[in-house]
Amino acid sequence: MTGVLSLVLWLPAAGALVLLAVPRERVAALRVTALAVALLDLAAAVAAGAWIDPARAGTLQLVERVPWIPSIGISYHLGADGLSLPLVVLTALLVVLCVAYSWRVETRVKDYMILLLLLHTGLIGVFLAQDLFLFYVFWEVSLVPMYFLIGIWGGPRRGYAAMKFFLYTLAGSLAMLLAILVVYLHATPRTFDLVELVARRPLAQNLPLAVLAFWGFFLGFGVKVPLFPFHTWLPDAYAEAPTAGSVLLAGVLSKLGAYGFIRIVLPLLPDAFRQFAGLTAVLAVIGAVYGGFVALAQTDFKRMIAYSSVGHLGYVMLGVAAAAAAGGGAALGDAAGKALTGATLQMLAHGIITGALFLVAGVLADGQARTGNLTEFGGLWARVPVLSGVAVLAMLASLGLPGLMGFVAEFLIFLGAYQVFPALTVLALVGVVLTVAYFLWAIYRLFFGPLNARWAALPDLDGRERWVLAPLCGVMVVVGMYPGPLVAMINAAVTNILGLVR
Amino acid sequence: MDLRLIAPELWLGVLSLGLLIVELLTGPDGKRLVGWIGVIGLVLALAPSWALLGEPPRLLFAGAYAVDAFAAFFKLVAVLSGILVLLAAMAFFRGRPGGHEGEVYTLIVFMVLGLVAMAASADLILLFLVIEFVSLVSYVLAGSLKADAKSSEAGVKYFFFGAVASAIMLYGFSYLYGAGGTTNLYRLGPRLASFPEPFVVVAAALVLAGLGFKISLVPFHQWTPDVYEGAPAPVTAFLSVGSKAAAFAALARVLYVALPPGAWVPVLAALAAVTMSVGNLLALSQQNIKRMLAYSSIAQAGYMMIGVVALTASPTQVGSGIAAVLYYLLAYVFTNAGAFAVVVAAERLLGSDTIADYVGFGRRAPLAAFAMTVFMLSLTGIPPTALFWGKLSLFGAALQSGLAWLAIVGILNSAASLYYYLGVVRVMYAQAPVDAVPASEGALMRVLLVVAAGATLVLGIYPEPFVRLVQRASLLLRV
Repeated sequence: MTGVLSLVLWLPAAGALVLLAVPRERVAALRVTALAVALLDLAAAVAAGAWIDPARAGTLQLVERVPWIPSIGISYHLGADGLSLPLVVLTALLVVLCVAYSWRVETRVKDYMILLLLLHTGLIGVFLAQDLFLFYVFWEVSLVPMYFLIGIWGGPRRGYAAMKFFLYTLAGSLAMLLAILVVYLHATPRTFDLVELVARRPLAQNLPLAVLAFWGFFLGFGVKVPLFPFHTWLPDAYAEAPTAGSVLLAGVLSKLGAYGFIRIVLPLLPDAFRQFAGLTAVLAVIGAVYGGFVALAQTDFKRMIAYSSVGHLGYVMLGVAAAAAAGGGAALGDAAGKALTGATLQMLAHGIITGALFLVAGVLADGQARTGNLTEFGGLWARVPVLSGVAVLAMLASLGLPGLMGFVAEFLIFLGAYQVFPALTVLALVGVVLTVAYFLWAIYRLFFGPLNARWAALPDLDGRERWVLAPLCGVMVVVGMYPGPLVAMINAAVTNILGLVR
Repeated sequence: MDLRLIAPELWLGVLSLGLLIVELLTGPDGKRLVGWIGVIGLVLALAPSWALLGEPPRLLFAGAYAVDAFAAFFKLVAVLSGILVLLAAMAFFRGRPGGHEGEVYTLIVFMVLGLVAMAASADLILLFLVIEFVSLVSYVLAGSLKADAKSSEAGVKYFFFGAVASAIMLYGFSYLYGAGGTTNLYRLGPRLASFPEPFVVVAAALVLAGLGFKISLVPFHQWTPDVYEGAPAPVTAFLSVGSKAAAFAALARVLYVALPPGAWVPVLAALAAVTMSVGNLLALSQQNIKRMLAYSSIAQAGYMMIGVVALTASPTQVGSGIAAVLYYLLAYVFTNAGAFAVVVAAERLLGSDTIADYVGFGRRAPLAAFAMTVFMLSLTGIPPTALFWGKLSLFGAALQSGLAWLAIVGILNSAASLYYYLGVVRVMYAQAPVDAVPASEGALMRVLLVVAAGATLVLGIYPEPFVRLVQRASLLLRV
């Protein structure tokens, strides 16, 4: 059954076109249409997931391939496997929740919803594209709506944050464009098709050039993840973005970089990546520890989550780097598989958990509290038990409490990475300890202690907000308790990618 | 001789002379008729130009005039830019009585004729005459708002700079003639091949002064900001797309045909890097949209030079520099002419050229603001817009020719340019002032914007036919 992936990809863009025709005063119609489109897309994504044969999750399925610019060797090539499909479903889910959460957005609703849906198409496209050119186009296309979401609906320093976000990412992605061109120009026959390129590996015999291409990809993906020291755009963008923007930035956009490392760099430039895997791991661990320390010092809720993301993405990159370093040797093949499966699962877990955290922060900051300053809260548990419960659940999941989604992921990463980078993995555990510290402290500052009299009338989550947060909590618990099928699916895809590495 | 081969030139000549007469016969309120006849005539000129794309290459008029797909491609580019500019000029003059409306329309068509001939010149003397023809028309056009001091200043400045540049170029031509004993580019080539390299470089540098002036290549760019700011916006648009494209065509023909390959590459590669960097750095701090676009056009000229110096690949491949330049120029015509059309619309609606005054433009004129967003993203080189594909081809050509450093300079510059291009977009969509009421761009302007923005997107999303077109056009360059 082909065409499903195209449906998943283009439905939101088509929805955006429909919204264009709705008059801007009809706010309710705009919201309902956007939500309907997002829900339909989620249904399509889930259907695509059901279509995929889990036994063959390692190979690309539902493939669509049509020549697009044949004289250059570019095709419209989509495909999904156990790596990309969970990320697509995650994206579709988070967009649904973002649209539903964004009911409270009152200004320029039409533009907002259109941009959200365009962003949706761009993000899905990155995960489904199996052609480097197509990949790059979606990669860049997803920047523009996000720029506007931050720049128009963001916090007080939105202009600065939006520009910084765009400039950093564009600089990185232009470097990636050079790398793509280098790969393309050395392939015979010339093609941008990722599957063919991976099979032929044009730079395998030319290590200096492969290293050059590696650095191009490294800059592009490293800025997006973001790896230390390219992370400085992140706290500004995460904190200034409107809540839905933060959720998608943290939940999906940060995954694009790690996904690029796994999907493109690992199979295409394995030798170059192995050479710099140690460096990548060091940067990842620096990010994990540094992110933890800085998060500890934050008083703003959103900024704390932002820096905690720097830390969590550090674990992801540690897993990827371990897989890259181990890829060559059969002895470490098992460790590489565990680390990479863990990294992918951590991407999903981070998307779900951080999404929930940003939504909770959004409820406080956009709602009646009108502040995200942790020091001004206290004793909220008695006043708003549901909100508190959700927040505590998400924080515990984030700090890696066994039985919740984050634990499975981190456990697998550290299990795999320890066999490759023992010292660095132990250092990364410092980051875990810091995570425990700042989240417990945040729980204390927000929910325990005496109730600040200012919040005596603070309302709890309303019905819509409960509906938005319930699915995320459900996923956290279910995957935490019963990770088997998801892990098996990811593992199949990852094993295939690592098989290509070997 | 087969008159079909010069049909576009003949038709444009008849058209422009006819417009002179129509202009004389119409009253002060009827000048739009001149414009409409010009637009229709230019649209009709597309057909014979297109037909020439498939002609086998040959030389006419004792070897002075080339008929090949390369020249035909630039005929199309010149005519297309003429159409866009003429429409923008008609929108510009709507409700702005006085001035020299009819003359401006007529001169635009004359200039198209000059640009068409510039790209086809295969003889130094003809080339010089055509460049002078185009220059004189541009000087008059730039100063055509006589009541406006800035416009007059632009005309005079452009004239003085242009005169000096032409003189230096003519001096360079005399070197070439002195060495080769002929003014024909195709006979010069073999004769110059045996000359010592320094001589060729000096001659190339002198010739470059004239053509570099039209292209706005550093260090011949100083006129650009003042003239772009002072001249009426449609005329500025024409200088930035039409003159630039034709000058690139002439430059490519002189460099590739007459001069031995290689000697001038390092010099021009360095100039390309300097040009894009200088243009971008100076554009960063501009407050006036026309001055910003002036520096942007300098930077864009720098990108295009990458393609001119990237010689290695065969023209039919990706990685061919000249094919990349042709694609870039075609894309640039729609993008930059469109951007200036928005400037015209904004001048009318907001009464200002200052970027800061564009606040709320997205609310007042949603179509124009959206089109401007497309143009600014295209100039930055973000997919799915036309110049993204152009930049990709240019950087690919640089890598292919071993000029990776030039591609890296280009990429750094593209990243920096985002700041000022996006700055315009940011202002347009910032919170509108309270008194912002929707205003109409006018039907003519709407059509123009839809065409320009549509073409910018089509060239970016489905480049296949255009890639084939430029491959064909660059393959037949060497007669």
